[in-house]
Amino acid sequence: MAAAVLRQAARAPLLVQQCSRLIAASHRSYADMAFTFASPYDVYYKDAKVKQIDVPTFSGNFGILPDHVPTLAVLKPGVINVTEEDGSNKKYFVSSGSVTINDDSSVQILAEEAHPVDRLDAASIRDGMSKAQQEATSASSETAKAEAQIAIECYEALQKAVEA
Amino acid sequence: MEAILSRATPMLVPQCGQMQSRGMATLKEIRIRLKSVTNIQKITKSMKMVSAAKYARAERELKPARSYGLGAKAFYEKAEIEPDTTKPNHLMVAMSSDRGLCGGIHSAVIKFIKAKMEEEGSSVDTKIIVVGDKGKAILQRTLSQNILCSFSDYGKRPPIFADAALVANMILDTDYKYDRATLIFNTFKSVISYNTTELPLHSTSAIEGSAKYNLYDSLDEDVLRCYNEFSLASLIMFAMKEGACSEQSSRMTAMDAASKNAGEMIDKLTLTFNRTRQAVITRELIEIISGAAAL
Repeated sequence: MAAAVLRQAARAPLLVQQCSRLIAASHRSYADMAFTFASPYDVYYKDAKVKQIDVPTFSGNFGILPDHVPTLAVLKPGVINVTEEDGSNKKYFVSSGSVTINDDSSVQILAEEAHPVDRLDAASIRDGMSKAQQEATSASSETAKAEAQIAIECYEALQKAVEA
Repeated sequence: MEAILSRATPMLVPQCGQMQSRGMATLKEIRIRLKSVTNIQKITKSMKMVSAAKYARAERELKPARSYGLGAKAFYEKAEIEPDTTKPNHLMVAMSSDRGLCGGIHSAVIKFIKAKMEEEGSSVDTKIIVVGDKGKAILQRTLSQNILCSFSDYGKRPPIFADAALVANMILDTDYKYDRATLIFNTFKSVISYNTTELPLHSTSAIEGSAKYNLYDSLDEDVLRCYNEFSLASLIMFAMKEGACSEQSSRMTAMDAASKNAGEMIDKLTLTFNRTRQAVITRELIEIISGAAAL
């Protein structure tokens, strides 16, 4: 019994050390997560530190935390949710674009169009939606049909973003 | 070889010397010239004002575009993707524009291409996609057989993403099977200087061939292709914004210099004009006096 306690006592500092190293490691990776989020006309984040980013992509929605495995993804219309260092949430609507997560844990999100969700106007989305639906039914060629379909999908995502 | 030959042909040098020596010109001739130079100065001054306004806008727009471009470049730099320079088919994309009177912006891009072609030698088959009429006009003189296609009606308004997407589509859809591609454009440094830069555009096969490619998780062909196509458009967008900003700033400087030169000419001509007028008056006086003395 005494031996067990002793062993425990001897291990305790080691454990603490390990834990502190873990914490230190996670701190370091926080600093490394250089997050860039831009469209050609606006820059929202540039090498900023954030806690988490949720992105909608064609391979599914996923969240990016520091030290995410390196990958590439293609954005689809939807809402990007950024949790900042202080815990506040920011929502941006993106039309299309790319997500890059590099092996140095830097994250680049490039969007063709990106706007904060509160800038969206519900009325003009409804108008655009009905127009796109009309175009989809009246489209004669395959390309026009596909284009109208893309527009509808985008408007659906916009509507969802505004309602949420 | 052909390029060298065409370069060796002597350029036409205008051989007109000073046709009229000072004082020989009549008052009327000087007055006409003075008026035309003043008009030219007015034009260059207003062009400078216009391009100053356009430059301010272009520079404002360049800031986000630059962050965007750096973001688009980041993956290719961090994944250490290298273009295969041993392959013979090279596609160059030159960023020029429709508008002239902006210093050496367009010729800098074309000179860069020519230097690059000479450096690579004749074993490399180079094709050029040129954006903007001015660049095309310069290329057509010596390298017309290398032009793959060109875009006109570009450069009047600030570039937008749709323009970049159009160029990117053309690059992707071209029949020419290129092994590597390079984007050549002017990078804005300051109002008076710009750097002609090249930026490699990578194909999906080059990405797959890189050493660090395996580090990236769950990549299928489709994702990679989509990603690469979008990045291509992004990089072109970045180059267009850089080019537009350099062009406007360069035009501003060029027009400023032109106005200054016109001002100097006006000063000189005014001086000549006054001197000639004085001479005419003096001559007439002498004629009158000597006429009176002869009586």
